Amino acid sequence: MRLTYPDSIRIIRLPCTGKIDVIHMMEAFRKGADGVYVAGCLEGECHYLAGNLRAKKRVEYTRKLLDEIGIGGGRLEMYGIAASDGPRFAEVAEEMHEKIKALGPSPIKGAIQKGVLL
Amino acid sequence: MIVAERKPIDEIIGFVQDCKKILLVGCNECVTVCYAGGKKEVGILSSALKMAFSKEGKNLDVKEATLERQCDPEYVQQLSEYYDQYDAIVSMACGVGVQELAMRYLNKQVFPALNTNFMGASQGQGIWEERCQGCGECVLGRTGGICPIARCAKSLLNGPCGGSMNGKCEISKEVDCAWQLIIDRLTGLKQMHMLEEIFPVKDWSPAGHGGPRRMVREDLKS
Repeated sequence: MRLTYPDSIRIIRLPCTGKIDVIHMMEAFRKGADGVYVAGCLEGECHYLAGNLRAKKRVEYTRKLLDEIGIGGGRLEMYGIAASDGPRFAEVAEEMHEKIKALGPSPIKGAIQKGVLL
Repeated sequence: MIVAERKPIDEIIGFVQDCKKILLVGCNECVTVCYAGGKKEVGILSSALKMAFSKEGKNLDVKEATLERQCDPEYVQQLSEYYDQYDAIVSMACGVGVQELAMRYLNKQVFPALNTNFMGASQGQGIWEERCQGCGECVLGRTGGICPIARCAKSLLNGPCGGSMNGKCEISKEVDCAWQLIIDRLTGLKQMHMLEEIFPVKDWSPAGHGGPRRMVREDLKS
């Protein structure tokens, strides 16, 4: 298909989004990510039945936590993308890239650049 | 288990706002099982606090430690080698654990990161309900194994009040009437006659109404 997506995105592979935990998303932000999105299977199509639904709840919890500490829960999203749907994958990557660009750098990134140790 | 939940982050930040290094201590017992203060939650709170500080241009060094139990001195003792390097200790245990740390490390401020809610049981993933109030004189033997002290809003000992409607308590449609549960269960067990037995007035002194409770077992004392 030779599709392209923004080079700002780093992919971290998981066996299933059900593997993701709050700490993984928190640590991504702590290490300076401006945004994070979890790309899981479409709802109802999880190979392990409920992995993506569990991930969705953890994403929701983490969004609230990010709001609480002033990072902004809007920097974290969850998308359902079929494994075979390359065009949608590229589209979501573009969408997220634009959304985060509009939000600007994460306040944590600013702190890292100012030399505040983490 | 003792069921607890994390305090709002702002409240915890308020405790440690002037600190540069904190010791964040979890507990491997009840609060691990109810996802409030185990190793995992210690990691999440640590991450959140570090970010909240970084955002303000401040650095917070967090040492994470999760003890087997915070309610036993031999485990609390394990922090003694390094606790002094930190400005304050934040405990993710129940109120018992917080106090054990405070009493052991007298020259350090110890803050709670959790609100301790009740003694309860898991009713499914993510749901806990109160089951015991530790009244010190258990009545479950004559109430079909269902506690009217913890589960009746009025802690009645002599049957349901007028607020019992269709098996629910008047305080909420979500709350079962404990006495309805007791009567249903004793009826099923053909043990309703147990409710006709006259028993003395309950002694509430072991329930904490006689001051803080203490128990000593001579056979176990060293």
